Amino acid sequence: MTLQSFAPQPLTPDALLELRNVSKTYAAGSLEVAAVRGVDLVVHQGDYVAIMGPSGSGKSTLMHIIGCLDLPTSGSYWLAGVDVAGMGESDLAVVRNQRIGFVFQQFNLLTTMSAWRNVELPLIYAGVSRAERRRRAVEALTRVGLADRVDHRPGELSGGQQQRVSVARALVTEPDLILADEPTGNLDSTSTADVLELFAELNAQGRTIVLITHEHDVAEAARRMVVMRDGRLDEPMGARR
Amino acid sequence: MTWLETLRTAYDALRTRRLRSALTMLGILIGIAAVMLTVGLGQGAQKQVTDQINKLGSNLLIVTPGSSTSASGVRGGRGSATTLTMDDAVMLADPAVAPDVARVAPVSGGSLSLVAGTTTWTSNVVATTPDWLAVRARTVSQGRFFTTDELTSESPVVVLGSTTATQLLGGATAVGQTITVGGQNVTVIGVLNTEGSTTGGDQDDLVIMPQSTYAARLSTSANPRSVSTIYIEAKDSTSLSAAYQEATNALLSAHGVTLTSQDFTVSSQQALVDTATSTTRILTVLLSSIAAISLLVGGIGVMNIMLVSVTERIREIGLRKALGATPRIILRQFLVEASLLGLVGGLAGLGLGMLGAVILPRVVNFPVAISPVAAAAGLGVSLIIGITAGVYPASRAARLAPIEALRSE
Repeated sequence: MTLQSFAPQPLTPDALLELRNVSKTYAAGSLEVAAVRGVDLVVHQGDYVAIMGPSGSGKSTLMHIIGCLDLPTSGSYWLAGVDVAGMGESDLAVVRNQRIGFVFQQFNLLTTMSAWRNVELPLIYAGVSRAERRRRAVEALTRVGLADRVDHRPGELSGGQQQRVSVARALVTEPDLILADEPTGNLDSTSTADVLELFAELNAQGRTIVLITHEHDVAEAARRMVVMRDGRLDEPMGARR
Repeated sequence: MTWLETLRTAYDALRTRRLRSALTMLGILIGIAAVMLTVGLGQGAQKQVTDQINKLGSNLLIVTPGSSTSASGVRGGRGSATTLTMDDAVMLADPAVAPDVARVAPVSGGSLSLVAGTTTWTSNVVATTPDWLAVRARTVSQGRFFTTDELTSESPVVVLGSTTATQLLGGATAVGQTITVGGQNVTVIGVLNTEGSTTGGDQDDLVIMPQSTYAARLSTSANPRSVSTIYIEAKDSTSLSAAYQEATNALLSAHGVTLTSQDFTVSSQQALVDTATSTTRILTVLLSSIAAISLLVGGIGVMNIMLVSVTERIREIGLRKALGATPRIILRQFLVEASLLGLVGGLAGLGLGMLGAVILPRVVNFPVAISPVAAAAGLGVSLIIGITAGVYPASRAARLAPIEALRSE
């Protein structure tokens, strides 16, 4: 019997993502700062989870780990059955491209490119042909209700519309997981309602969504809420609806 | 991601920052154009000098007074010494002394003023023998050259270069006119064909007269029989080195000197070509180095702007990475951007260089030779500069951590 057989395996069979005892510490000068301390989290296929917490609670660090933008210092992380905790940067880039669609607070659209050129970006890195990219980008923009804004640049769109473009960009690769980091942080209440409604629709169609927010109203829109405080996750009793 | 996609992305990025990209390319453009023009000018000058020396005649040896002071052939006091005389020329023309020598033309003379009617013109007087025409491979367009009889009899006859004839006599028929050379009346018996002007002076502004006439009437030298140059034509190209040896040995024994105390120099056309080209080559290398520095500065400009671009686009890089761009793809994208700056700048520089090569000769009357090899090398260099300047900024972009990049405001 080798030591390898003790290597941790995902416990939950149908989990899309499973974090077990995940920690992340940063070196701030001579001090070690623990941003995430021993987090366990299981998200199933088709789930809609809100991770809520005040600023400084470590939820952004957790989001980076879930999004494969950063690696945990210790612990295990399986995404769609694959252990990503020990991957190199290039492999992580491929995982992000194929499995995760990002929606950012700052939208992160390239201002010099039209809506559809922004949406096609992940498909370029996936090696999809130009004609196919255009078709799928337009399809995704239609899906978020921006069929008539395909050739508009971000500067010509409202904040809510820009965020919908970035949702289209997250959708275009048909990812396993949509990871939204404060998606409504820069939006007015009407646009916020708009985007949350869009997420609810997507979830109803079977998409798995993880949403990070510090606003209780926004977290309420999710089917399940977990609260992050001082680097630890805490699932309120009865939060699952 | 294919190379075509990378190229398209790079092109988009450069087009978005049009002015900046254009200014960056300008650095490369000026550098490449400068290098091409200086090298072109150098090669043009070299070709001109070579042509000019080859025009002197064929299978030619040139004997000048003064000794060789160094192995590289630098002569001391050329023309200042008067160690060569007509007797040397007569001796070298003797087949018994130098069997491989075909013809000999001693030359003396100087600058004198000419008068025809009310027109005055200063020209170079060449006092020589009838063989000069054949040795220097010149021909007569009007009238005739002077004869051996006229040389012997010190006849007051001259043959004019075409420029001299035009300047002095205008459109009038030159042959038969009487003009004065240095105050002496002489008759024009012929006009030479046009040879063309070179940097060495107008080859058509000269007055040729029998050596004896010059020695008797015009020479100011202490020894009227002294000559400044003796042109020797070998029988053919294979006998050139034999003729060289014969002439050297004959002159050594006639002057009673050894190789170390030699008071004359025999040089071949090839030696003259070599000396002249080495001079222009040094000049070309010097000028091109200065131009190359401007190219280097252009390359630094590319690197600088790429670094600025990376810093400015940190968020974009972070986003691209989040969306699935591997470090390798990011590296490639910025490398291609830098190469594109270099290559397009180089192409434009090539165009400017070509344009300069067409325009410059018309302005400064100097040939510019641009070879396809130099053009291809220029393009290659600009591409290499672009890539080299791109390596550091691109690797910086590739190494950026996606979260650091996304976090920056």
